[in-house]
Order: sequence, then structure tokens, then C-alpha cells
Amino acid sequence: MTRRAAPLPTAVLLVGALYCLLPIAWVAMASTKSGSSLFTSFTFAPGGDLLANLRDLSGYGGGLYWRWLLNTALYAGGGAMLSALLSAISGYTLAKFRFAGRDALFNVLLAGVLVPGVTLAIPQYLLLAKVGLTDTYWSVLLPSIVSPYGIYLARIYAAAAVPDSMVEAARTDGAGEFRIFRSVALPMMGPGLVTIFLFQFVAIWNNFLLPFIMLSSDDKFPVTVGLYTLLNQGSTVPALYRLVIVGAALSILPLIALFLSLQRYWRVDLMSGAVKG
Amino acid sequence: MRSPGTRGAAPRGVPYLFLAPAVLLFTLFLVVPVGYAVYLSFRKVQVKGLGLGRGARREVFTGLDNYRSALTDPDLWSGSLRVLAYGALLLPVMLGLALVFALLLDRPGTGLRRFARITIFLPYAVPAVIASLLWGFLYLPAVSPLNDLVSWLNRHGAGLPEPNLLGSGPVFYAVVNIALWGGVGFNMIVLFTALRAIPREIYESARLDGCSEWQIALRIKIPLLFPPLIMTTVFSLIATLQVFSEPMTLRPLTNSISSFWTPLMKIYRDAFARDDIYAAAASSVVIAAVTLVLSFGFLRLVQRQAFGQEQR
Repeated sequence: MTRRAAPLPTAVLLVGALYCLLPIAWVAMASTKSGSSLFTSFTFAPGGDLLANLRDLSGYGGGLYWRWLLNTALYAGGGAMLSALLSAISGYTLAKFRFAGRDALFNVLLAGVLVPGVTLAIPQYLLLAKVGLTDTYWSVLLPSIVSPYGIYLARIYAAAAVPDSMVEAARTDGAGEFRIFRSVALPMMGPGLVTIFLFQFVAIWNNFLLPFIMLSSDDKFPVTVGLYTLLNQGSTVPALYRLVIVGAALSILPLIALFLSLQRYWRVDLMSGAVKG
Repeated sequence: MRSPGTRGAAPRGVPYLFLAPAVLLFTLFLVVPVGYAVYLSFRKVQVKGLGLGRGARREVFTGLDNYRSALTDPDLWSGSLRVLAYGALLLPVMLGLALVFALLLDRPGTGLRRFARITIFLPYAVPAVIASLLWGFLYLPAVSPLNDLVSWLNRHGAGLPEPNLLGSGPVFYAVVNIALWGGVGFNMIVLFTALRAIPREIYESARLDGCSEWQIALRIKIPLLFPPLIMTTVFSLIATLQVFSEPMTLRPLTNSISSFWTPLMKIYRDAFARDDIYAAAASSVVIAAVTLVLSFGFLRLVQRQAFGQEQR
């Protein structure tokens, strides 16, 4: 086979990559600009005010921004961790046990994928308000833990990665069912669980409506809701735009780092059902 | 093959115990809220007299009234039609580009493949609110490079009108662009992973028969990509019908986006700005029903695809 140089395909990919980098490059440049040069200097020219911007962002509301980042780590990191564990035990059970009602149960859980998450948020809010849980960390964490999609992925993964013979051997050795799950199945499902963790992390971090509806005190906001409220005030206090921009730049950096370091775990073949059972 | 549980069998209750946490949370945060929304959609508040004092406001059943007003609400209709047009533009462009990029990544001889794969996937890490915020500033006439370009051209006598990407016409495309930016990479990775799972030998024999890379892509790869393409289409469709964060984030930067620009914005407004949770519930049941009808075929498809090989 001859490997010809392919200028056109390379050029198309390059244009696509540049398009995807455009807003990220802009926010990196804009975060170094002062409030006035934001609207006067050339879009992609850097300024010299990065440190001043960072200082002002840190000072806003007594370090509120850092609080938002911590909250985001808690909601997305903690929620995704719990979600991956819950998906693991549920997916393992659905794949490796035969019991009455298994298919019906799975179908009901899977139908949850189709329920538009945003139509849930309002009744969830009203119900949590009845038990006094709105405007608490729980109001954002609890609805994020059960993920029909995660359970679906975990079932495929358990079916493919955990051999029946291993489960049976452990059973013959007299191991308890929960111990079999924890010490035999869970380690084998490891890479798949990282994938589920990442999916759920992005889903929670991306979900704006839920925390937007549930939370009213700004010290409980995730960074998305925090930046949105800052932007909203920006229409009357344009000086805040500078903080919004440097805050946005800072918040996507850790995510990009996480993505690049965990790249090999984006096992999206799970999604397309390409795993050989 | 023997099924697990026939020898050294697990106690019968174990699977139910293991599934109990998921079922409990699923019931509390999915089934009950859906049920409650349906219940609320048949209710309304009746006000007696001036609506003051104890018992002057009480909730009563109202039959299909809320549905009648939802289905005849011009705001809900205009929002729904806008979202349908939005989906009709976004889905083909997004999935088309994702397909082209995936095929190029899988094509031997293309340069920059690793760089492009990572870079095009990167926007998936950026939440819709922050993506809209970045693009929103790039659209502002005082910041936008497009406006810089036009004024540069005008200094050389082009005489073009000053563009406003957040104006009432262009803002529709501005929102489509944000969703396109955020969605292409993820769909590209799904399709690319499916392509990598195809045995390479198929291509080798096609190449020996004199097929060009273009012919291989058109005649072998695209047909094999149908199942993941159908799936990404339906997932994108569900997300499209729920569009909320992007226009909501652009609102502070422009006055061309109304508070009922998409159905979900209207539902949010009804529930929280107007305190009419009953109308909001009815509208959200309607939107959920439309979404369900559109994606039901997909559920069957995915199940056949993914669990065909697992023993029943």
C-alpha cells in the first residue's frame, strides 16, 4: 500500500481543529486584558493584566470564585464517583444474576435515558422544597447519582469483562456475594468505571438547570451558575465582564488537563455497542 | 453454557438487595417527579374573592385545561417551531462534520491526526454555559473579530454594513454555532471508535481490488457506521429538544432572545417567574411526550444492538 501525502484531508482536519481552538485561544488572551482594552484592542491580542485580573477575581465576594470551583469539584467529582459505584453494582447484578423481573426492571431503568432531564428539574425542586432540602448540597448531589445511562454502560461492561467462571469459582470457595462483587468483579470493571465516571462528571458539570433552580445562596453555587450570575450583573456593572472572562478561562483549564490525562479512558465503543460479549 | 446461579447458587434475595439503592434513587428522583409533574398538570389554583386570607386559594382538579392552554399558547408554539428548525439545521451539520472528521482520522496518510482528534474533542470538556459565554463575547460587536474585519474592509472602501451577530436574525445561527462547537467532537469520537473496531483486512482486500480511499469510505465505512450514526442522531435529538443553557446564557448580552425563546425557557419562566407551576407542568409533560415518541424506536434498536449476544 502506498501512503500518499494527503493535503486536502489534512487541511480539513486543521480547519476543524482551529475552529475548536478559537474560543479557547480567545479566552486565554482576553483573560490578560484590562476592562477597557477588552472592547478596544484586537480580539486575539494579549494584554498585560492577567495578575490584576486574577487578584480581583480572588477578591470578589471574599474568595467566592474559589468556593465555586470547590463546589463544582464536589458536585461533579463526588456525584460522578457515587454514580459510578451505583452503576457498577447495578450493572453487575443485571448482567450476572438471573432473577424474576430482571428484563422488566432493566427496561424501566433504561427508559430513564429518554426522560428529558430538564423536565424533571421543576418537580424535583418542588418535591425537595417540601422536605426542606432545596438550597443544600444534597439538592444537587442526590438527583445526580442515579444515571440510567451509567447503569446501561456498566451492564454491557460487566457482561464483557467479568467471566461467569470467576464468579462461580468464588462462590464455590464460599465467598459472600458482596465480597465477590467487591474483590472479583469491581477490579475487572475498573477501566469501564473510569469511563462511566468521566461521562457522569461531564454530565453533572454540564447540567446548568438543576443547580440554577435548586440553589439560592451564592456560596453553594457551582462555577457555571456563579459565572452566569456574574454575567447577568455585568449588564449593569461592565467591570464584572473582566472577572467573568478570567473566571471562565480558569475553570476550563483543570477540565482540559483531566481530559488530556484520562484520554485513553474515553472508551466510547461501549456506547456504540461494539464490545464483543 | 451454564448460567450463573445454578451451582453454588446465590441466595435469591441478593440481586434485589444489590439493585435496591439504584431502584430507590430512581424512584425518588425520576419516577416520583415524573408522576408529580403529571399530577400537577391536571391541577390549578382556585382563588376565592380577593384571594386573601385562609382558604381563599386552594388547589383543584381542572381536567385538561392546562393542556388546552399549553397547546394553544402561541409562545410555546413559536418556541417549539424554533427548536425544530434549530434541530433541523444543527443535527445534519453536526453529525455530517463528525462523520467527515471521523473518516479523515481513520484515513491512512492524513496528517495531524492525533492533534486534530484531541483538539476537536476538547470542546466536550467545556460546559454549555461557559461555551456560550465565550462565544457570546466573540459575537459582541465591540469584541468580534468579524466586526474588526468588516471595519478594516470598510476603511478600504468596501462599504459593508456593520454586522451584529447577536441581532434578531443572526442570533439563531449564533446559538446553532455554539451547540455545533460543543457537539461535533463527542460525536466524532463515537464514530471514530466504531471505525477502529472494523477489522483492517476488509480495507486491504478492497485496496488490492483497486479501490481508492474515497471509495472505501463511501462504500465500506459509511454503511458500517449506520448503527452508531442512528444512535448519535437520537441522543443529539433528545439534547436538541431540551436546549436551554445556550440561549439562557446569551440573554444578558443581547435583547434578541425572549424569555420564551425555547420551550424549556418558557417552562422555566412559567414555573419561577410567573409562579404558574401548573402550566409549566403541562408544557413539560407535552415536551417529554414528544421526546419519548421520537426516541422510542431507538430504544428497541439499541437493545437489539447491544444485548443480542448476551444470554437471556
